[in-house]
Amino acid sequence: MSAGETIWVDNPPFPANARRAVNDAQLRRNIRNATSTIRQRRATMVEELPDWQQLRTAGAAIKDEVLARLDRYLEQFEQAATQRGAHVHWARDADEANSIVGSLVAATGEREVLKVKSMVTQEIGLVGALAKRGISAYETDLAELIVQLGRDRPSHIVVPAIHKNRSEIRKIFLNEMGDAPADLSDDPHALAEAARQHLRRKFFQAKVAISGANFAIAQTGSLLVAESEGNGRMCLTLPETLISVVGIEKLLPTFRDLEVFLQLLPRSSTGERMNPYNSVWTGVTPGDGPQQVHIVLLDNGRTKVLRDHIGRQALRCIRCAACLNVCPVYERTGGHAYGATYPGPIGAVLTPQLVGVEHAATLPFASSLCGYCYEVCPVKIDIPTVLVKLRHDVVKAERASPESVLLTATGAVMKGRRRWTLALRLAPLMRLFRHGGPPPISRWTAVRDLPEPPRQSFRDWWVTRSATSKQADQR
Amino acid sequence: MSARDEILTRVREAIAPVPAPAADLTRDYRTRTGDGVDTFIARLRHYQAQTHRVPESELGRTVVATLRERHAHLIVAPEGIPRDWLVGLEPLHDTPPLDPQTLDGAGAVVTTCAVAIAQTGTIVLDGSTGMGRRALSLVPDYHLCVVRTDQIVSSVPEAIARLDPLRPLTFISGPSATVDIEMVRVAGVHGPRRLEVIIAG
Repeated sequence: MSAGETIWVDNPPFPANARRAVNDAQLRRNIRNATSTIRQRRATMVEELPDWQQLRTAGAAIKDEVLARLDRYLEQFEQAATQRGAHVHWARDADEANSIVGSLVAATGEREVLKVKSMVTQEIGLVGALAKRGISAYETDLAELIVQLGRDRPSHIVVPAIHKNRSEIRKIFLNEMGDAPADLSDDPHALAEAARQHLRRKFFQAKVAISGANFAIAQTGSLLVAESEGNGRMCLTLPETLISVVGIEKLLPTFRDLEVFLQLLPRSSTGERMNPYNSVWTGVTPGDGPQQVHIVLLDNGRTKVLRDHIGRQALRCIRCAACLNVCPVYERTGGHAYGATYPGPIGAVLTPQLVGVEHAATLPFASSLCGYCYEVCPVKIDIPTVLVKLRHDVVKAERASPESVLLTATGAVMKGRRRWTLALRLAPLMRLFRHGGPPPISRWTAVRDLPEPPRQSFRDWWVTRSATSKQADQR
Repeated sequence: MSARDEILTRVREAIAPVPAPAADLTRDYRTRTGDGVDTFIARLRHYQAQTHRVPESELGRTVVATLRERHAHLIVAPEGIPRDWLVGLEPLHDTPPLDPQTLDGAGAVVTTCAVAIAQTGTIVLDGSTGMGRRALSLVPDYHLCVVRTDQIVSSVPEAIARLDPLRPLTFISGPSATVDIEMVRVAGVHGPRRLEVIIAG
């Protein structure tokens, strides 16, 4: 069993990555510019809606309803989608999902497939898994194309190439694209045009496309993909076979629920009233679009997250990345430092739960707990509370530290009255260390003054004092 | 156990300890706003789409004039587009289905729409008469869309209520765009680089 690339195995833990990232001035400049722009846009779009808080509350409630009855909604979705001509597959983990998709592609006889940007296919490491079977998968989203050509990794959920500036992108295109014009400038318009030319022929020839989905409607078996460039529409419309990998938490009960999420998502993710394109399809539409439609429903750790009553709210996430854009830690380290498919505050709560805290023990600490992420979250995920809970889990899972031994001992002593009294009697012995203790205690006392313990404890003094005053009364 | 049964079992085990509370979903957000045709036009212009507003009687003439002005001659015309919208132009009909290369060589596609959202400047196509299959409004580089004023609703909830989820739906808000390079908005990537909307009525 494998969780795919939920965490990047070759990656050092967060603190080491972060230390390196904060010293990369170019990276920090690129990320600061991008996040401050997107933050501002989001704020303007959210202020415009007087009912934003009501929409957030409804969004959270709809997602909680899905999670509370997820088994029923999954069965309902499967039945509805199947009825409309889709083939529904189930995958327990990344390996199983990759193997299903690989076999489906192999069955078409194709060696090349196109990809729509999707977090879940990053999570399972699909492109790499297909490559091992001799299948080339081409990313078609501009940012994912930049990342793929640069043999790089995405560093943001919505804008994966946020860590690269225009001149770096120009270099990647010139060196790796193969058909980039020799006089390519670093103007974003020219770079986007180069990507258009590069992909256009591929779109027209592709027989198989692979997508994720932003939402899956249980009532109707429909899927929705939100995007900006039209590469999604190309992949969802022109090929003969469409394979969509969908995390089981992507469900919404009814089509009507989109009225909430189509307001929350674009304003939170790109700071637009609406993103340029949303495509909704239900199974197969005769004469329009792919006639072979497959849906792979993926667990890959989600049912583990669902078990935790505090942590499960992370499954409400709609991948808008608003929490990344406001996070003071993300802004300084960038996304790669998290060493995982899901970076930023949501990654810090999702990744350890998906793979187990012991495999991502530093991530719950990659936060100052300032709470800005909670404030901007369109589905009200209380990220700071989940982080604190996960920190607790990490400490519990770790080997006993001197500090925890000391605290456990103190706890035991304070539990019994007699033990406590005895300990207090012994306290004056601490006077021996008032000018500093022996090693290793000296490391602590060398820079700190110990309060001098009194010769007598308060309790002893009280007993003596009472005895003295009683004698006085009797006299 | 099959993957399906195992996942469903895992889900049930995960949610069983705490019985699901009664759904406390309150839809107290706005289902309707004050936004109308003027907002719709302002939003489209914000997306760098061109707009025209004409009385119904001028519609045919405006469509033809607009297409001529853009020097578009080969026009993709889905089934149901009135003949007087294409006077003197060369329509491309989708029977038998046009291949992507032919669509790519067309000067324009003309469609109607199923519903339009004023607040967000969105038009929604659902593949019925006047809109055709999804590829028709995607591959040509220039999309001219005709919206009638009674198709314009104020808000996203009003639009969702009017749509049939079982039809293939495309929500279009301006020409295709990207902000992937330094968050600079570039209009026009893979979808039509030019979107023009004629509002009739």
